[in-house]
Amino acid sequence: MRSGETLIPVLGVVTEIRRETPDVKTFRVSAPGGGAVFPHMPGQCAMLSIPGVGEAMFSITTSPTTKAYMEFSIKQTGLLTDWLHGMEPGQQVAIRGPYGNAFPLETELKGKDLLFIAGGIGLAPLRAVILYVRHYRDNYGKVDLVYGARSKEDLVFYEEVSKDWASSEDMQVHLTIDRAQEGWEGNVGFVPDFVRSLDFSPKCSTLVCGPPIMIKLTLDALWGMGFDRTKTFTTMELKMKCGVGKCGRCNIGSKYVCKDGPVFRCDELAELPDEY
Amino acid sequence: MLKLPVSQMEELFASIASEQSLYLPLETNGLIAFSRWEEGKQARFDQLHCAGSVKDFFFPQTENLALFKTSGKEIHIEENRDPEEAFVVFGVRACDAGSLSILDRVFYDEPADTFYQTRRRQGLIITVACNAPEETCFCHTFGLDAADPGGDVAVWLLEDMLYWDSRTEKGHALTERLRGLFEEAGDQGEETVRKGKADIGKIIDRLPLRDLSLERFAGDGMMEKFDAPQWESLQEACLGCGTCTFVCPTCHCYDIRDFDTGHGIRRFRCWDSCMFSDFTLMAHGNPRPSRLARFRQRFMHKLAYYPENHEGLYACVGCGRCITKCPVSMNITKVIKTLGVDQHA
Amino acid sequence: MQRIIGKMREKAKELLEAGTVDAVLGWKKGDFAYDPTPAFFYSTDELDMLAYDGFCGSNLSKYLVEYGKEKGKVLVFLKPCDTYSLNQLVSEHRVDRENVYVVGVGCDGMLDVQKLRDKGIAGIEEIEEAGEDLRIHTLYGLKTCPRDEALLKKCQSCKGKEHKLFDDRIGAEESRDIANEDRFAEVAELEKMSPEERFAFWRAALSSCIRCNACREACPVCSCHTCIFDNARSGVDAKANASEFEENLFHIIRAFHVAGRCSDCGECSRVCPQAIPLHLLNRKMIKDIQSFYGAFQAGDSADQCSPLLSYSPDDIEPDAFDRWKGVM
Repeated sequence: MRSGETLIPVLGVVTEIRRETPDVKTFRVSAPGGGAVFPHMPGQCAMLSIPGVGEAMFSITTSPTTKAYMEFSIKQTGLLTDWLHGMEPGQQVAIRGPYGNAFPLETELKGKDLLFIAGGIGLAPLRAVILYVRHYRDNYGKVDLVYGARSKEDLVFYEEVSKDWASSEDMQVHLTIDRAQEGWEGNVGFVPDFVRSLDFSPKCSTLVCGPPIMIKLTLDALWGMGFDRTKTFTTMELKMKCGVGKCGRCNIGSKYVCKDGPVFRCDELAELPDEY
Repeated sequence: MLKLPVSQMEELFASIASEQSLYLPLETNGLIAFSRWEEGKQARFDQLHCAGSVKDFFFPQTENLALFKTSGKEIHIEENRDPEEAFVVFGVRACDAGSLSILDRVFYDEPADTFYQTRRRQGLIITVACNAPEETCFCHTFGLDAADPGGDVAVWLLEDMLYWDSRTEKGHALTERLRGLFEEAGDQGEETVRKGKADIGKIIDRLPLRDLSLERFAGDGMMEKFDAPQWESLQEACLGCGTCTFVCPTCHCYDIRDFDTGHGIRRFRCWDSCMFSDFTLMAHGNPRPSRLARFRQRFMHKLAYYPENHEGLYACVGCGRCITKCPVSMNITKVIKTLGVDQHA
Repeated sequence: MQRIIGKMREKAKELLEAGTVDAVLGWKKGDFAYDPTPAFFYSTDELDMLAYDGFCGSNLSKYLVEYGKEKGKVLVFLKPCDTYSLNQLVSEHRVDRENVYVVGVGCDGMLDVQKLRDKGIAGIEEIEEAGEDLRIHTLYGLKTCPRDEALLKKCQSCKGKEHKLFDDRIGAEESRDIANEDRFAEVAELEKMSPEERFAFWRAALSSCIRCNACREACPVCSCHTCIFDNARSGVDAKANASEFEENLFHIIRAFHVAGRCSDCGECSRVCPQAIPLHLLNRKMIKDIQSFYGAFQAGDSADQCSPLLSYSPDDIEPDAFDRWKGVM
């Protein structure tokens, strides 16, 4: 019997685990009977937990157009993620969601040229959007992805990005790494500088995600290039417990990241205190 | 309005308790606290506020959510709700009764919290008017009336008589069940209550916090308050404990945690405090790393963020518990006064 | 002790103006008759808000752990009992003695406004402290209460008028004598109980705990950077007591962590919003340490070493507990 109480998780089964980088793995999760555990829109998140270990919010890295499963790309940073990185396929997890808003793919972003800018694990939530946009490709204009990480080994979804996406006529992919290394022929440098060097039209709708400092500097670069705050979106991550704007810890001013976010338009963010 | 001699209150309690659990201010472990009434236990209406607030009945300090059993790679998930109980809380003051509408807006907001919802459905509030408001009272600042305290049933204890006025469907149903105990208050009774209310009003007019004003907090200017330089001196004495949070009838932050019982994992939620340093701590950093940031969060939430999300309603009911309980005597009235004076003095 | 406030302000002014200290740590006037707040004063024109009356029960020593490092040299006003705590912190290298200018202030015993409320005194507007009786002006008329009946629990067994550490003193000779109860009398009562009775006593008391951590935060010797109960990797971190066992555990562990270091300043019981007599746990430890190792008072001096941290061939043997139980 289920009461529909959002705080009570349901079961998911980990069916596949892929290593993306030295500290990031992607976990494919299905409902016990197969299929995605619940419907969602790109940008939304889910609470994953291992009873007795912990529970935390992770962005869903697959698009809802994938009906058979959902995926989570998770960096190893703490107690719970240590445990998740140690588990094997077949492991059941407790999962609840979806939580938060989504990127406005069917409204504000529809028909627009899209510029995705990601740093490190920040590509995880944007991957859901990119997969969705590629599925409904005719609904959107030109698509560009600028993606950077510390090194080539730290680029998540490297195979997918450098093979599938980069070779596709659907979109342009621009990769960069922080420091030169052997076997790397692409750009070397930080994401904000790389963005400045590429000649994007400030009329693009832009979606930015990455570590806080990368987001901050990238947004500064975009404003310098004349990009519009009302067409620029980012997605935030703060500590969460309930996922529904009640437990009180993920607020930035009067907004709750779990409920009013995680996707924020930059003009909304500008009115909030700098506590993120 | 109905009435009953105060000397027969014990019978009233017994009648209520025959079908519902009855909680009253009782002396328990050296405190006056809402506790389960049993025959022979002396209700204490002589101190205005119970140590804990009425919040504790609807949003208890800890509450079970789920039970997990794990074996190998398998997990079994079960809902684990504490047993439902129909209950009456008698002796709630206007401030505490007012706090429920603040909590309702949070917990009823979609998706509603079904644990809170169930308790609200099962609970009935009988308020008592405050014949002797304390110097720490400032419920009037938030539009509450200590003389007319609301709830499902409002009660006045005046001149050895208990006056009973039911206000809601739930209250009417209880009144119907207890009808045999009461007499009609009649015109004379109504007059006594009217006079009692006027007397309380006169005391409220003399309270030291009578003129506490939130004028400076109304409207926009959230960032101006956030950046106010006075936070620095206000937070200096704060110990970073959770006393104010936990005795507050409107604070509602919580944590969700697992407890290994040895036979499974019990997931429960419990009160948490934005004053605690680990409240927002993540593996990769803390957005509120200083005590100043945490102290400011608590008051900004009550005086700016909550009102912004709830049509200007403040998340404080002026009960004064933080005034009497803070170990270092720092409290919301000092914050209101200091920030209300001159933002950039 | 309001009578010495003039001298306290003068001293603070003098040292601030001379540049001897960068800040003054004292109590700031509150809004009511009983709510001064610990506060720093940085300039002489703020000093008219410096207060010292019967409601300055809070022990300011602990603030020096954090602020002593960032505010330069601090003048701190300490009551006699507070100086034990500072001594202990200095001996543990938590406070740099060179960074503190201690002005010992006399004390008549501090008051507990809750005791007045428990006597049915409501609507307190003003409290006059002169003489043996407190004169309390309330919304409901003038009330009186013998001063001794309103003393903080910790002051009922005052450790005396002597400041254990000071650079200067004000009003030390004028301190009023306080009727002094045997501070181990309550502990002795508990020891007389059967284990079942004693367990029931503590279960009843500790079941009120709301885990606000006020006892820990106020405790001068609870000065760990990250408390084990806040450390997610400790395995015992908790926000609430998930079981009766945890309810007991938090307080018992805390009592053990401060054993031999607790000067019995009484802040734990003073700040507890649930009126749990936490000081009794610490006093039991102190009493046992004294009976096993001889007279010892933590904070008596900054140079002494707690018997629990030192070794002597005469130290009590582990079987002492069984022998001690036998004589009980």
